[in-house]
Amino acid sequence: MKLRVNGKLHDVTAPEETPLLWVLRDFLGLTGTKYGCGMAQCGACTVHLDGQAVRSCVLPVGAVGSRLVTTIEGLASRELHPVQRAWIETDVVQCGYCQPGQIMAAAALLKVKPKPNDADIDAALSGNLCRCGTYQRIRAAVRRASEIAGA
Amino acid sequence: MDGLKDVSRRQFFKTSAGGAASLVIGFYLPGRSVLALTQETSAPAAAKLPSPNAFLRIGADESVTVLLAHSEMGQGIWTTLPILIAEELECDWSKIRVEHAPAAPAYFHTAFGIQMTGGSTTTWSEFDRYRQAGALAREMLIQAAAAQWKVDPKGCRAEDGFVVHRGKKLSFGTLAAAAQKLTPPSQVKLKSSKEWRRIGKATKRLDSPEKVTGRAEFGLDVRFPGLMTAVVARAPVFGGKVKSFRAEKTKAMPGVKAVVEVPSGVAVVAEHFWAAKVGRDALEVEWDLGPGSGLDTEKMREEFRALSRTAGTKAAASGDVEAAMRTAETKIEAEYELPYLAHATMEPLNCTVKPGRDRCEIWTGTQFQTGDQAAAAGVFGLKPEQVKIYTTFLGGGFGRRATPSNHFVVEAAHVAKAAGMPVKVVWTREDDMRGGYYRPMWTHRLNVGLGSDGMPIAWRQTIVGQSILEGTPFAEMMIKEGVDETSVEGAADSPYVKAIPNHWVGLHSPKPGIPVLWWRSVGHSHTGFVMESFVDELAGAARLDPVEYRRRLLKDHPRHLGVLNLAAEKAGWGTPLSEGRFRGIAVHESFGSFVAQVAEVSVKDGQIRVHRVVCAVDCGICVNPAGVAAQMESGVVFGLSAALYGELRFKEGRVQQSNFHDYPLLRLHEMPRVETHILPSAEKSGGVGETGTPPIAPAVANAVFAATGKRLRRLPLRLA
Repeated sequence: MKLRVNGKLHDVTAPEETPLLWVLRDFLGLTGTKYGCGMAQCGACTVHLDGQAVRSCVLPVGAVGSRLVTTIEGLASRELHPVQRAWIETDVVQCGYCQPGQIMAAAALLKVKPKPNDADIDAALSGNLCRCGTYQRIRAAVRRASEIAGA
Repeated sequence: MDGLKDVSRRQFFKTSAGGAASLVIGFYLPGRSVLALTQETSAPAAAKLPSPNAFLRIGADESVTVLLAHSEMGQGIWTTLPILIAEELECDWSKIRVEHAPAAPAYFHTAFGIQMTGGSTTTWSEFDRYRQAGALAREMLIQAAAAQWKVDPKGCRAEDGFVVHRGKKLSFGTLAAAAQKLTPPSQVKLKSSKEWRRIGKATKRLDSPEKVTGRAEFGLDVRFPGLMTAVVARAPVFGGKVKSFRAEKTKAMPGVKAVVEVPSGVAVVAEHFWAAKVGRDALEVEWDLGPGSGLDTEKMREEFRALSRTAGTKAAASGDVEAAMRTAETKIEAEYELPYLAHATMEPLNCTVKPGRDRCEIWTGTQFQTGDQAAAAGVFGLKPEQVKIYTTFLGGGFGRRATPSNHFVVEAAHVAKAAGMPVKVVWTREDDMRGGYYRPMWTHRLNVGLGSDGMPIAWRQTIVGQSILEGTPFAEMMIKEGVDETSVEGAADSPYVKAIPNHWVGLHSPKPGIPVLWWRSVGHSHTGFVMESFVDELAGAARLDPVEYRRRLLKDHPRHLGVLNLAAEKAGWGTPLSEGRFRGIAVHESFGSFVAQVAEVSVKDGQIRVHRVVCAVDCGICVNPAGVAAQMESGVVFGLSAALYGELRFKEGRVQQSNFHDYPLLRLHEMPRVETHILPSAEKSGGVGETGTPPIAPAVANAVFAATGKRLRRLPLRLA
């Protein structure tokens, strides 16, 4: 089957029921998208499908179709995405394992809500767990990313 | 693990002979353009100085590569240890690169004598060694420059990556080759604290760029040609063994390469994770369950309670408790309970092993390199030095990746050996959650008598819970007269208890057969809750303000008082709160640091909501205030997940929880505002990775009491 990931067309031989997460990681070598729970509880596997945040651990690859998949590796263009820049500025990360998922969720939020309020941020990011507890800085960084993107 | 701070390297060697002590590996000097010094630290005069080549390399391209003797698992040492080097080296901060060191004796912990990360010890245990390594390298670069200029080295100094002398300057990169041929000085002078330019200054993390782009490599991300993925079917109860299994269906599935039996179960080895996982689902295994199938949380609670009514083994004792109790004006009895907990690191356990004829390579996120190396060597019949360990980033540690049994590395070694190919063993979330090595369940019973002034005059406490160290190489030095120090730390040595002339703290260590392990803050994770909740109860009985009561009890403990008073002041203790909000406070020492927290809480329809946490910390010399604040926030969130939700339960030997839907963690919308205040201090650095966790559960429970009048003595906190 054909899969469009980060602007490239891939020919993938995985069984259709294989979750997109494992196709990205094990077939395409895109290991920035993480496995955390396998049941859409933690958000570590968040990628964009036509710009919308989805949990790739429960999405069969056969259901992707012609939609565009964007992973953390494909988020930046020539320079880092405003969310990534804000994450560095705000010193968000700790162990870092959940952060690709957090960043993809934040980037999808800012696309539809360039100036999110606290409730928007809560709604968009409460599905993403962080065991290190970086939530306070995540909130600050989403607001900072909004400023960077609007500047 | 706090007790480990007293352990000398020699003691550990003695007790772990055959394991760590037999390891001798020559340090490998990386090749070109490095500041690789020929003289190792074997000479007696230089024995106390680190070999700088083990800890940093300076490249001709001006890069300064810092090698970490410890594992980065979120706690920020990827930045802290380079700060210590750079403080003395005077290099250009933007040229710093960081790598995990290989497993080798050069990187043994300065206090424990093995390579490991734990006990919140990295910063204080490396405070001298990393500064010395930086200073040695600086002196050699200066010597190299002075020789080239034919001037007195005393007239030269290092500055931002250059050696300078009266308007002349040479970069570190151009001097590195000449410097590496020099003999390191036998002693170096370190800066005084007044001269520090980096230590004490908030510094942003160095690992952010790779972690926000997905480039950072965790154990689960290891890939190379020919690498297979395995998942293991393990017994559904602890201690269970494989009786028989049928693998025909599994073996016929696409992508499955092998099905092998290993001591821990049956491994399905496949070309990728999903094939291995689906293959395991199709496996039919019959188990010999053994006695573990009788485990039941409610039965265990009853047993623990019964034990708590008897004295137990002495952990601390003074005077005549019974006589003092008879003179007490008020007597208070309380029972506290805490459940088994999983570490639930975001990255589930995994380990990659590439077997070879006379060597073996391992990639994993571990906190315990030396033990893992020796244990894997044992599986393959190799010498430890034939096992290479490449430490990846750890997707969370919290103690889970420091296993004295080395179980997840040993299992992966068995799978790779049996399959005869390179294998990455991946634990699913369910495997990880149900795989044991939990924070033990605890019951405390306290009987305390108060004098006419409301202050305690007799204290009797019995603690019941599994020993973490029993059966590990740490047992001999840290289980003293039947008492595992990590079971009673924070209680037996509590300033409250020690100030009472008549006290008894006893311990029972039942053995239900559940694998247990240190979980962020170890013994303090239960003693902090119990002591700080119970002292609040005593304050209530004495009709005294909780802060004032603690001030009286802690009058001879200035560092406790310092954080207590600072947290109370910053939180506005005693000032009115908005409607429906209530405060609770707790103060606790652990890992050489002192933390007080005030939690602001509301209760609505039986739901506890934490809005704000004011945290005051005295961690001695603070190397990176930004890192300390992050660790305080982190400790608070970790403790809140346990306080509000954390509980693993057993029924017929099976762990009932399996994933984040039934073992919830705090989520972003529940995150309180955390304000951290660092008390300036010139004392020796304490740990900060764990010390933020113990006070939060009692601070919240005390606030819930203020809000509802209900004293919650069991975690997780439930009002219904």
